[in-house]
Amino acid sequence: MADTHAEGEHEHFAGSNKLFFSVWVWLLLLTGLEVFLGYVHLDFRLMLTILIGLSIIKAALIVAYFMHLRFERLSLVLTLVPMLVVCICLLLVFFPDSFRSKDQRYRFESSTQQQTEQSEH
Amino acid sequence: MSTTAQADQLIANEWSGGTHPYRIGHRKLGMWLFIVSDALTFSALLIGYSYVRASSDQWPTPFPFYPSIIFSSVMTLCLLSSSLTMVMGVQASARRDFKAIRKWIVLTIIFGAAFIVLHLIEWKHLIDEGLGPSTLPAEWLHRWPNASPLFGAAFFGITGLHMFHVATGLIYLAVVAARAKKLKHEDVEISGLYWHFVDLVWMFVFPMIYLLSVDFTP
Repeated sequence: MADTHAEGEHEHFAGSNKLFFSVWVWLLLLTGLEVFLGYVHLDFRLMLTILIGLSIIKAALIVAYFMHLRFERLSLVLTLVPMLVVCICLLLVFFPDSFRSKDQRYRFESSTQQQTEQSEH
Repeated sequence: MSTTAQADQLIANEWSGGTHPYRIGHRKLGMWLFIVSDALTFSALLIGYSYVRASSDQWPTPFPFYPSIIFSSVMTLCLLSSSLTMVMGVQASARRDFKAIRKWIVLTIIFGAAFIVLHLIEWKHLIDEGLGPSTLPAEWLHRWPNASPLFGAAFFGITGLHMFHVATGLIYLAVVAARAKKLKHEDVEISGLYWHFVDLVWMFVFPMIYLLSVDFTP
């Protein structure tokens, strides 16, 4: 963290070309792994978890090194990242409703089937 | 006691105005805040897509290895490489090497344009098959009889908004490359932030839209 600089100075450690190149290679390797996993027959939920996990690692690499956030002040990181994570997690409250609407549709269909069967008798 | 008082004084000096407490300029802070809000837009879209997919009886998994997965993998390679060339452009900007800035940003634009061209070809494949924002191709309905027609809306909506961001980024980068000499180093860095963010969004769109809808049948 470049805290020791004088006020108003925006210089900070920028990282070397070698570092950026190795980050790029890592991103390509993780992408290759994702494409490979796309063709492995796994349980859908496990697959979703692994793919999102790998994508979060890739996003973190991009934000930390390409977007320089690792070399910025900690106060900036704390201003930007936690609120974003909390807001995205809050969006997950919709999923119980998503599963419920699927169950409801099946129940509705089966109950109408029963009714038609009863009226036929 | 005295150390606490000193620390209080230090904090008051830093955050009471007239300084840059984040050690970045206001324009860069503005771009970061825009990126946070745009990240929320894309998260909402991707979560909306997941909501629809989870509540549907059936969701088509139509993407064959060729052309869809090959194309989208090459598109990912294009965007990642364009991020690397953009980083090189920002490094050149730190050295105030204007020739190198132009060279790297033009390379970035070429990679970004390649992404858009490949994506439009990929869209054309799907549109020719009969996919629309609210219609599925007849062949898909035969394979997945209960498939949700929202597949097209989710696909074109999310990839379309992302492609719009890439296109906007190309214009932005072209302006930055043309005015490189007049701009400060931080302004070039800010355009880099935007470009890397567009790359970052694709890191989520690619697995969620493409890799989770892979067609396994040969």
